[in-house]
Amino acid sequence: MESTLDIFVKAIFSENMIFAYFLGMCSYLAVSKTVKTAVGLGAAVIFVLFVTVPVNWLLENYLLKEGALAWLNPAWAEIDLSFLAFIMFIAVVASIVQLVEMIVEKFAPALYGALGIFLPLIAVNCSILGGALFMQERQYSTIVDASAFALGSGIGWFIAIVAIAAIREKIRYSDVPAPLRGLGITFILTGLMGIAFMSFMGIKYGGDEEKKDDIKAVVETSVNSNTINE
Amino acid sequence: MSEVAEKTKAPKEPLFSKKNRKLVTDPLTDNNPITIQVLGICSALAITVQVEQAFWMSVSVLFVLALGNVIISMLRNMIPSRIRIIVQLVVVASLVIIVDQLLAAFVPDVSEKLSVFVGLIITNCIIMGRFEAFAMGNKPGPSFMDALGNSFGYAWILLAVAFFRELLGSGTFWGIEIFGSSIPGSKWGLYTMGYENNNMMILPPMALIIVGIIIWIQRSRNKELIEDH
Repeated sequence: MESTLDIFVKAIFSENMIFAYFLGMCSYLAVSKTVKTAVGLGAAVIFVLFVTVPVNWLLENYLLKEGALAWLNPAWAEIDLSFLAFIMFIAVVASIVQLVEMIVEKFAPALYGALGIFLPLIAVNCSILGGALFMQERQYSTIVDASAFALGSGIGWFIAIVAIAAIREKIRYSDVPAPLRGLGITFILTGLMGIAFMSFMGIKYGGDEEKKDDIKAVVETSVNSNTINE
Repeated sequence: MSEVAEKTKAPKEPLFSKKNRKLVTDPLTDNNPITIQVLGICSALAITVQVEQAFWMSVSVLFVLALGNVIISMLRNMIPSRIRIIVQLVVVASLVIIVDQLLAAFVPDVSEKLSVFVGLIITNCIIMGRFEAFAMGNKPGPSFMDALGNSFGYAWILLAVAFFRELLGSGTFWGIEIFGSSIPGSKWGLYTMGYENNNMMILPPMALIIVGIIIWIQRSRNKELIEDH
């Protein structure tokens, strides 16, 4: 069995949102010019993921999943509303982002000053909806696991954007070939960082026990599950 | 691309006027959604391991973007600007549900491989970006052309990346063996001479590097696109 800690560490490193799934690339590329703004956006992503994924987990398990409505009425046990997941999740994300924005503005003006402009951007950040959809696909059994996954993914995203922002600040002083400047070199740098992050695939998690007899099988399955299936 | 060529043959029709044709051709090169506008990267990179997936993904995006652009453009004078993001999201989400159900019904194996990335078309920046930048301010006709252009611009990058990743990474194209078979016992083709697939190509980071190289080539051909850091 995968423990909660496994899920958390896995979400940060070997299943990093940016390097393994490219989620949230748009804002990652657009807002990574300076470390300061990168930290702001990264913090906002951690925060919003940590709020929305558990809410979506509750929705998924008490409303959408096949048989999820049984707690209301046993006769409804066969209803499967999972096709509505996309529209529900995105509505939840968009409204929670609005709500969070208002609450933060009212009660923590300093935090609002730091996160403010990034919050509206986040409603359409793929990593937030991606978090909800991965949560649905992987069927986390408890809300604690789902929250650990959300927090881990957020932190992974934060690490990625802060790291690339730091590199981009320094690369300004390097002699990059003119056509590669800006976007091109950022892509290639992200690719190289992704290759570095691949080394975290070697970490052994609780769920990997059954595969340990053949190391090659572990590598192949993790490669396949990272690139083809998911 | 053949559709673009067909359209240029019928200039009399107002829908295909010179200005509208430019809407289709611009996003293919100098205003490409992926390499220039930097929209829709998320899904573009994750599903380019095989050409087949990339193809279905492009078709899905074409469907959602074309219909969505037309719908938003028709509604543009009725949407209050404060809640426009929510309205746009609802339109996209409904279209994506349709696409997802259709894919699951007709190409179930592809649908399985695309997994969450079909759902992520909702937050694909191309869709929202085009709604905001174009459909909110233009009539349905031009919006449709804009959607076509941007989807083709998206599609060709996707297919190009997928082509190289599948060819070099698995030695296949659309699942057909190009370089022969590497299965032990029944090896044939290049593999008998010691050729090996480059497993690096099927790993996620290589997608980024290939797009980086496409950007490099594109910008060295058109110096106007070069950024200063």
